[in-house]
Amino acid sequence: MNSLEKHANNIRKNIVKMVANAKSGHPGGSLSATEILSVLYFEEMKIDESNVDSCDRDRFVLSKGHASPCLYATLAERGLLHDDLMTFRKLNSNLQGHPNMRSVAGVDMSTGSLGQGISAAVGMAIANKVDHNDHRIYALLGDGECEEGQVWEAAMCAAHYKLDNLCAIVDFNGLQIDGEIQDVMNPCPIDQKFAAFGWNVIVIDGHDYDQIRAAFAKARACKGQPTMILAKTIKGKGVSFMENNAGWHGVAPNEEQLAQALKELEAND
Amino acid sequence: MAKATREAYGEELQKLVQENDKIVVLDADLSGSTKTAMAKKVAPERFFNIGIAEGNMIGVAAGIASSGHPVFASSFAMFATGRCWEQIRNSIVYPGMNVKICGSHGGISVGEDGVSHQATEDMAIMRSIPEMRVFCPCDEWETKAIIRHVANDDKPCYVRLGRSAVENFFDENTKFEIGKVQVLNRGQKVAIFATGLMVQECMKAVSTLKAQGMEPTVVDVSCIKPLDEEGVVEILKQHDFVITAEEHNIIGGLGSAICEVACKLHPIKIRRIGIQDEFAQSGSYKELLKAYKLSDEAIVEAVKEYYQSL
Repeated sequence: MNSLEKHANNIRKNIVKMVANAKSGHPGGSLSATEILSVLYFEEMKIDESNVDSCDRDRFVLSKGHASPCLYATLAERGLLHDDLMTFRKLNSNLQGHPNMRSVAGVDMSTGSLGQGISAAVGMAIANKVDHNDHRIYALLGDGECEEGQVWEAAMCAAHYKLDNLCAIVDFNGLQIDGEIQDVMNPCPIDQKFAAFGWNVIVIDGHDYDQIRAAFAKARACKGQPTMILAKTIKGKGVSFMENNAGWHGVAPNEEQLAQALKELEAND
Repeated sequence: MAKATREAYGEELQKLVQENDKIVVLDADLSGSTKTAMAKKVAPERFFNIGIAEGNMIGVAAGIASSGHPVFASSFAMFATGRCWEQIRNSIVYPGMNVKICGSHGGISVGEDGVSHQATEDMAIMRSIPEMRVFCPCDEWETKAIIRHVANDDKPCYVRLGRSAVENFFDENTKFEIGKVQVLNRGQKVAIFATGLMVQECMKAVSTLKAQGMEPTVVDVSCIKPLDEEGVVEILKQHDFVITAEEHNIIGGLGSAICEVACKLHPIKIRRIGIQDEFAQSGSYKELLKAYKLSDEAIVEAVKEYYQSL
């Protein structure tokens, strides 16, 4: 394991521990996004302890706010969050069920209500244009989230204002709470839809570090258009019994299941 | 000179964007009507038309505000608050964004466009969001003072503006204490708390009533939330009967807010003039005010009823 893989594995361990400890939360969509957030926070984004408090840097919006365990665990692994992760979802914790930017310095937008984060990311990208700075804005959406009409209002707006400083990623794990996305309400083809809305679209394997890195590099090089990275992922990735199972969207593992999950993840170390 | 509060908003915002180069203005394809076009004219690089997509406009406003820019976001009151309530709650107020939502064409005085465009619940739904501030100015000068005031703080708010011209009760030199209720006419026995366009109707009613030997107190309430409880209670204590007057459903707006204070601090009989929990219809602004008992005649009648009951 190289160091980034090690960080990602630590993030996965913390995700299952946090959710198990809180007895609630969203492990499936947190585990599917782990490589994406790891590359963002350890390599792609210009963010560190000196600027975490400021908006004068690259920023990330977790539009699929229910993947908060992944965001908190990533911020902690990167050394930007010092709260006890095991307070997640507990009374008086800064680590609210869905991200609250007022209580965590590294959270760039309060999210949780699907479809809204991407609009805020568009606003941030517009502001960076007004300010003539080079900071980049990243946003992670769920595939099910693309069923929200507001996502497409935001998509139209980002292309209209040629926001090439905006890079959105869709965590395309194919599952939402009620089942497979194409059975619940098919948002596909998401890539072609974003392309038709005027975005630069890149399709990758969302668990392949090199493909993630290359996609971010292409996004940075693209001028005059926002970029959408459609990242094909596996919901629950890394924990065998959670993989590709919609039942693990928003359910916490019990003690036994946690032990099994940690055993599998520790075997990677 | 009569002027619509939306017009006053446009004029003040035009000045503010020239004074403060951080302010960003958003609209949703109604900039001619909401008067944000006046700001666009002088600062086009900080004006963004988001098109007919109000929910996205609110989210975009949040993102811009999170980057250190005060944002003024406008549409008709109906769409700026009604369509976007949840976006306002979750993306603006909960994160404490510096966004001023300025909704024009509030109330039924929109007129001919009819129910789909008549915001009569906007103050109720905005007021129910924790930390949200709700303003409803009554004339040109109060509008300008409120817009300037909110431009200089960093908290979210909703400002309700009107389509139709209203008389001035203040002037350029009025020193406003934003957030406090203002007594416009000092009378006795009956106090009327009014907001927005209804201030004008109440002041017209005062002239009629005075000629008949009755003179109610008229209090302008331009800040519905947080409500000046101290100022309200002082008025309640000095009168025997209270009327509230708003161009809004009687549920959830000014009438409710005054009743809540009275319940808590000084119980007194209160008659709420407003839309009586029904949908209005198309018609001219003056016809509608009469038809839904919001005109000066309705206020005269309510005050007289009190005197007759003695």
